[in-house]
Amino acid sequence: MTEAVIVPAAARPATERRFLGSLGRSAKGLTGLFLIAIVVLCALFAKSIAPHDHAQQVIEWRYAPVVWQEGGSTTNLLGGDNMGRDILSRTVMGAQVSIQVALIVVSIALVFGSTLGALAGYFGGIVDTIIMRIVDFQLAFPFLLLALIFMAVLGAGFATLVMALAFALWINFARIVRSETMRIRTLDYVDAAITMGVSQLRIIFTHVLPNVLPAVLVVATLDIALVIISEAALSFLGLGVQPPTASWGVMISEGRDFLYEQPWIVIAPGIAVLISSVGINLFGDFLRDYFDPRLERM
Amino acid sequence: MADDVLLEVSGLVRHFTLSGRLFEKPRQLTAVNDVSFTIRRGEAFGLVGESGSGKSTIGRIIARLTDPSAGSVTFDGVDWLALRGKALRDKRRDVQMVFQSPYASLDPRWRVRDILAEPLKSYTDLKGAALTTRAAELMQQVGLNPDWIERFPHQFSGGQRQRIAIARALASGPKLLIADEPVSALDVSSQAQVLQLLRKICSEQGLAMLFISHDLSVVDHLCQRVGVLNHGVLEEVGPTSEIFRTPKSDYTRRLIDAVPGKKRRAAERAVHA
Repeated sequence: MTEAVIVPAAARPATERRFLGSLGRSAKGLTGLFLIAIVVLCALFAKSIAPHDHAQQVIEWRYAPVVWQEGGSTTNLLGGDNMGRDILSRTVMGAQVSIQVALIVVSIALVFGSTLGALAGYFGGIVDTIIMRIVDFQLAFPFLLLALIFMAVLGAGFATLVMALAFALWINFARIVRSETMRIRTLDYVDAAITMGVSQLRIIFTHVLPNVLPAVLVVATLDIALVIISEAALSFLGLGVQPPTASWGVMISEGRDFLYEQPWIVIAPGIAVLISSVGINLFGDFLRDYFDPRLERM
Repeated sequence: MADDVLLEVSGLVRHFTLSGRLFEKPRQLTAVNDVSFTIRRGEAFGLVGESGSGKSTIGRIIARLTDPSAGSVTFDGVDWLALRGKALRDKRRDVQMVFQSPYASLDPRWRVRDILAEPLKSYTDLKGAALTTRAAELMQQVGLNPDWIERFPHQFSGGQRQRIAIARALASGPKLLIADEPVSALDVSSQAQVLQLLRKICSEQGLAMLFISHDLSVVDHLCQRVGVLNHGVLEEVGPTSEIFRTPKSDYTRRLIDAVPGKKRRAAERAVHA
């Protein structure tokens, strides 16, 4: 006779080997990981990969065509921009800014949002009401608009960009962690811990949060893609990273006036945004399928 | 209160408020209605009833996982429901619980060593290697190989998991064990083994047990006294053999008649006696 109890998805722990095996079989996961690897490697070794200094201006490089066009040369593989800077070098350096912003923003939002979500979900009542009403209030505003308002008030710059995006993102974590916490806190192992005299705070940190982690990881990966795009958007509007720092958004913003002279000023960072967001989304999709197969095709 | 009484429950009431639909008044459900009984030291007391009869709620009240709407619980001479905060956490060691499903009661991300160490950390000063040694002893006590201590719950069968849950409940050295349908999630072959283990441990350690079950034959086999619960009301309480052979209430009679093979076994017992 078989066991009559259905094991919930979260009760199956993710062992490392199963994870790697599952990744190996998933075209989606592998493609995503490959694209992420390209961007991360560019960010880590930007100085060695970039053929030139990203801020170096050479008068002969102005509007230099890409290498496969007439007059193109291997000196500037993707050509030169309006100020005579190497487009490839700037795109590679842009990866650094994007990854930096994405990681910092998502980390802040994750820690802040998860803690508040866990408190709301675990204690319920008035704590839950207060936190979730703030979330509801914030949900009424579109994500990017909220970041825009924040930046308009505090002024442009790297620090405010990070703050604004983190402030707009924490609700994603708060919501998922709250609902998962509410589910987990009714499980018997939490009751068991209570009968064993374990304090509430300790239960949250030892039982609840570790079991919420898979869901948080999925949200985190998908949010990283969102942050990369938003950083580009805000920088494009002149509110984010300031020139001459080579952010993808800044490049697109600067290059749109010179589309006729050299479209690659815009195309190159555009492709970079595409690669990183597609890669991260694919990988995030894979993670979601892996942690919860029931969500597939949703 | 007699010296040998460990737990005295009297006039226990628990309401649940069911939120009504729009424009409808919220309804009140009385899950436990004026229930009183006692458990003596070292005694196995069975609480039987259909699902929804309130038996688990009583177990959870005694384990202080939920509070009653009215009534009192005296445990070991202490006003059990008055305990709060740190005092309550300290006293919880005396009442431990084995849950219905060993799939839900063990954290899937914890190794068995950590699962067993959780109560030990709360109630002993053991640390590091001593903690592991004590956990291994507990494994042995419930008939599991102590070499398996580094494993995760999913690497065990249902019966083995329930043994781990029992070992964990024993770790704090309780005086009362609440077993809430401890075998209903297990397959038949491991049911008997787990019940055997519970019986052996209780008699060896002089541990009292509140055994909650819908299975009359199991209660008959395990408990000295029994209470029959029907829709939150305790129909009758008394020695198991008395209640099952000469039931006074209609409900108990119907419950006994509903057990498959019950009449045959009762007849057999009459022959042997």
